[in-house]
Amino acid sequence: MSATAPTTAPVQPTTTAPVAPSPSFAGLAWRQYRLERRMFWRNPSAAFFNFALPLLFLAMFGAIFSSNQKNLNVIVPGIAGMSVLSTTFSALAYNMTFMREQGILKRMRGTPVPSGAYLLGIAGNAITNTFVQIVLITCAGKVFFGVDWPKDLGELIVFVVAGVICFASLGVALSHVIPNYESASAYVNAIFLPVIIISGVFYDANNAPAFLDGIAEALPLTHLIDGLSGAMVKGTSLGDNLSSLGVIVGWMIIGVFLAVRGFSWEQRRN
Amino acid sequence: MSTEKAIEVRGLRKRYGQLEAVRGIDFSVHVGEVFGLLGPNGAGKTTTVEILEGYRDRSEGDVRVLGHDPQQRGRELREQVGIVLQSTGIYRHVSVREVLKHFAAMYPHPRDVEEVIDLAGLRGKEDARTRTLSGGQLRRLDFALALIGDPALIFLDEPTTGFDPAARRDAWETVRQLKELGKTVVLTTHYLDEAQALADRVAIIKDGRILVEGAPADLGAGAGAQNYTVSWRNGSGTLNQEETDDPTTFLHELTSRALAEGVKLDAISVTRPTLEDVYLQLTADS
Repeated sequence: MSATAPTTAPVQPTTTAPVAPSPSFAGLAWRQYRLERRMFWRNPSAAFFNFALPLLFLAMFGAIFSSNQKNLNVIVPGIAGMSVLSTTFSALAYNMTFMREQGILKRMRGTPVPSGAYLLGIAGNAITNTFVQIVLITCAGKVFFGVDWPKDLGELIVFVVAGVICFASLGVALSHVIPNYESASAYVNAIFLPVIIISGVFYDANNAPAFLDGIAEALPLTHLIDGLSGAMVKGTSLGDNLSSLGVIVGWMIIGVFLAVRGFSWEQRRN
Repeated sequence: MSTEKAIEVRGLRKRYGQLEAVRGIDFSVHVGEVFGLLGPNGAGKTTTVEILEGYRDRSEGDVRVLGHDPQQRGRELREQVGIVLQSTGIYRHVSVREVLKHFAAMYPHPRDVEEVIDLAGLRGKEDARTRTLSGGQLRRLDFALALIGDPALIFLDEPTTGFDPAARRDAWETVRQLKELGKTVVLTTHYLDEAQALADRVAIIKDGRILVEGAPADLGAGAGAQNYTVSWRNGSGTLNQEETDDPTTFLHELTSRALAEGVKLDAISVTRPTLEDVYLQLTADS
């Protein structure tokens, strides 16, 4: 190897203006977020189903259980939990797979935008949908299903935030495993459907048969629903539900680790 | 032509497990030149360029792009580089102008969006959603997105693949304009006429090694004797070809004989090996 490393001439910018500072991380994250929101609304069918689905479930099961307040008290927080899962876990698993396979991630990687700012903008879009859905479900619960306003708003917010981060990271992690966009719904539904059934979205998980109980206790959605139920219906405090929060945080750590570790900006070469 | 180096590569190697895709490559690209990288598929051309672009790590060697190591993926380098790739996609529910404005905001001193729309030949489509654009228009958008940051160095990956002849001429003109703007361009292409027309210097890669490097016009000269090919149609219309290293004498004899016999020759041409001839000869399986 030669004694001196090769050097190249640093090139002057082609304009005569003084060298401008790089755009800020926060500014770029915000711009990406605004663009993602704009694009979300421009796909009206996707936007419609995004909001309509949990409300549809709520209307259906609400009608079925209309005479039974006990059951209504189960499905409102249950469906709130499900909507956290679908707006973060499912949406990001789909989106990240799509953007990776379309070559959009690759293009972004060649620009100066910091990866964190870019991904924050995308996550922000998903999380905005989560909050809108939670608000819609809470209002519908109050107006139509006899579920009063949340007893502990702070606890509700804590659990929603924890759930969002946990499921968002797990959704991104799942996208690393999905080979192409055509198979994405198979992978997502293989997890989403059993999870919402076992975790007690539509019935009280405590009443589940014993063999499902063990699995349910291990899954984060069950604990999210416990927390949401405590905040919205039962009035149990955050302190009472710390163990539930702990399970969600545990899954969150796994999710973040897997989301970062397997991250690929390029299409699968097959 | 500047002798300052925009890119310098020494001893570049890339291994994928047992497979060595790039086996010790050295070359440089001067500031302000158009540099062509040619080679068959699987030659290591794409891997080399992806290493320069910062998409791929190298196994060994030194690489300097505009004074930076691309493997560090520093923001400063990415702000000065534009990349036009075949395999990148773009959002579908935005207009051309919106996406250009969005990308412009990532750079410290971007070009004017309207100017870039004109430069890339997208005037008239600036409000169209990207999903309504044709293949050729999407390629022009790729170009625009690579230019919007006003980069000093631009990588063009097979820029005219799938273009009709008119679009190719336009694209070539744009590359010439880039050169006039003082940009450095690294061009990978399969089209040898394109490399011949646009590149100041080229390097031919095969099996992970550079076979030859230099100006397209000079490449043929070094490879063996100064063979000129003279071709003509004689009176009966048959096409004849002869190789010679003294075309003056040969032509004199040919034309004298034709005049003496009262034959009118047609389609007389004297050619030297083109880049294509050199390329095919070098990359033929030996």
